[in-house]
Amino acid sequence: MTDGTEHQHKVDPYTGKATTGHEWDGIAELNTPLPRWWLWSFYATIAWAFLYWIAYPAWPLISGATDGVLGWHSRAAIAQDVADLVSLRDPMNAKLAASSLKDIENTPELFSFARAEGAAAFANNCAPCHGAGGQGSKGYPNLNAGRWLWGGTLEQIQATITHGARWDADPETHSSLMPSFGRDNMLKPDEIVAAANYVRSLSGLPTDPDANLAKGKQVFADNCAACHGPEGKGNLELGAPNLTTKVWLYGSDRAAIINRINNGGGGVMPAWGAKLSPVTIKALAVYVHSLGGGQ
Amino acid sequence: MNASLKIAPAPVHDEAEDFASLYEAAQKVYPQRVSGFFRRLKWIILVLALGVYYLLPFVRWHRGANEPSQAVLVDFGHRRFYFFFIELWPQEVYFFTGLLILAALTLFLMNAVAGRVWCGYLCPQTVWTDLFLAVERWIEGDRRERMRKDSSPMTLRRAGEKAAKHAIWLLIAWWTGGAWVLYFADAPTLVAQLAAFQAPFVAYAAIGVLTATTYALAGHLREQVCLYMCPWPRIQAALTDENALNVTYRVDRGEPRNSMKKAALLRQASEKSGDCIDCLQCVAVCPTGVDIRDGANLGCIQCGLCIDACDAVMKKIGRAPRLIAYDTDINIKRRQAGLAPIYRLIRPRTVLYAALIALIGAVMLYALLGRDYFGIAVIHDRNPLYVRTASGAIRNAYAVRLTNKKSETERFRLAVSGVPGASMEIFGGERDSSGADVIEVGPDKTQEVRVLVSTAIAQPSGSIPVSFVARTEDGVAEVAADHFWSP
Repeated sequence: MTDGTEHQHKVDPYTGKATTGHEWDGIAELNTPLPRWWLWSFYATIAWAFLYWIAYPAWPLISGATDGVLGWHSRAAIAQDVADLVSLRDPMNAKLAASSLKDIENTPELFSFARAEGAAAFANNCAPCHGAGGQGSKGYPNLNAGRWLWGGTLEQIQATITHGARWDADPETHSSLMPSFGRDNMLKPDEIVAAANYVRSLSGLPTDPDANLAKGKQVFADNCAACHGPEGKGNLELGAPNLTTKVWLYGSDRAAIINRINNGGGGVMPAWGAKLSPVTIKALAVYVHSLGGGQ
Repeated sequence: MNASLKIAPAPVHDEAEDFASLYEAAQKVYPQRVSGFFRRLKWIILVLALGVYYLLPFVRWHRGANEPSQAVLVDFGHRRFYFFFIELWPQEVYFFTGLLILAALTLFLMNAVAGRVWCGYLCPQTVWTDLFLAVERWIEGDRRERMRKDSSPMTLRRAGEKAAKHAIWLLIAWWTGGAWVLYFADAPTLVAQLAAFQAPFVAYAAIGVLTATTYALAGHLREQVCLYMCPWPRIQAALTDENALNVTYRVDRGEPRNSMKKAALLRQASEKSGDCIDCLQCVAVCPTGVDIRDGANLGCIQCGLCIDACDAVMKKIGRAPRLIAYDTDINIKRRQAGLAPIYRLIRPRTVLYAALIALIGAVMLYALLGRDYFGIAVIHDRNPLYVRTASGAIRNAYAVRLTNKKSETERFRLAVSGVPGASMEIFGGERDSSGADVIEVGPDKTQEVRVLVSTAIAQPSGSIPVSFVARTEDGVAEVAADHFWSP
């Protein structure tokens, strides 16, 4: 390849090599051609690029890109992978669908599968409110603790996940709501303070030194016991929390309890039956139940 | 260029030195047929080594219904390694580390005793090259014939010979690759699959790659591998000492070299003449094409074939054998000084290597024999670290994984200790007739359960140590430690 050029350009007297013919201030550049293998590898990569453009989607257009003749598409490849995974899990999912929640929890093979599937579904759907480990936060129930608003058996958990809480779009949702005793002038401020003190005393928390617990008890019996029960043990039918435990959804201090009595209301949970498959909800119920609070 | 600028004349320059090529073209080596003790030894080792390599995957070893019955099997799919009575799990990979250390130390010991024993007799490059050379000799004839044929014009017969040689080489190479993949799956099944073109793609790909490398390395590259690709000759040269036995040309006996006639004349005149008659047979038989008479040499793989060749010549001319022999430079000097040769097999380095081999081997054997069939591993839940339950108790959650390496199902009972007033709840286990929790782990399997530990007794803030004990029905106990966290 260099034979032709060597005669055209000057030969460097020191090295005996041909120069490129370029000269800067008397300094000439030796002609050192690329190794043949390198050059041909380079040409091969260019050829490869052309073949690639033809075979695979390559050039961006206004909407989309050129289609390769192989018809390969990354989105289709992912869809295929997902479909493969679903079909791989199908036999076990069929077993989940056919078994009762209790049987799933008592069969190690089904249990570990349901827990794995439930953990993934929990991370995707539930963790934003209930926390990565189901530990909850203020206003979002802790699912580990064993105090339930709507019940902690496998079936109750499954029902709550399916229909949600105060989720109007689902006719079977848990819909009861705590009244706003203060805001709606159903109780006077001193009555609210007395009731709050009495509620704190139910779970053994200290009360104000000048608290009128007798008055609080009376207020509680007249206004709160209908839902929370005469002893404050709550009512799962109405989502009325048990007030005698160590677990508090909105906090146990005086101000937090007064705030609840004043404003009432309750948290909202979507009805996941509209979004998740029944098998996934089963897996979720088993997972949540096994977090530790299950009954 | 500025004409007024005075340019000093160029200094005298040795261009050849400046631009000498650093590339050394390979000289084709035509090793000659030879027979003798070392050649026989090499054939025996070759047959044994290749026999083991090609046939071992077909050896059966019964392990029970739930396990594969192949004596040596690397089962990547199920993450197990089987070697006769040994079954290794991935977490026991340190046995391979130990094996590699043993292999390295054995190599060093061999080197300290007798130089490049590995290179000359055992290295796959040597063994397969030997086999390929035998094929070449069988088809194309011995050294001179091959040299003549290579320098003659191509004929139809010659082309036929070449085609036959390469076909047989490729066949051996293909079989080599084929035997390799059999170590990674049930051999008879895989052979049937391969024949029916139903084997996994990776099997065909591995066979293809190994066919190509075997054909290239043993058929074409040969001694170039030892000279340029292999690090061991360099390392070996740094590790050896003056007492190691090496294939040595005994200069004291051989020099000065003379033709037989001249040597006879000199001896008649009671002048000294060496035993070497410069017949070059040692060079002709050498598979790497070196001249052993030049002394210790990186290209010499110390296969001993030159000893055989020289011994045959010595016998013919009526001189004592072993003009080339396993010997040391020390002994050459001692003989020249009229002293008896010394062979020091027991030296600090041989003792040290042997002791290290024995020590590591003993540790590995101890670990292997005392290995547990069962295991327990515990991971504390990361989030939440602890839970205050409705009743005010503190609860921690753990993932406990039990391992059963036996080929029968094993039933474990779990206990926890270290937390005062602790109660335990297990998810994922079973209950026996008395209502106690039992965790059943299948043969050669692991099983994870979720364990909740609660206590109503207030613990110090932070963490306290807690231990889990899994007991088999035979009373074998496995213990794992973790922590119990409190607010």
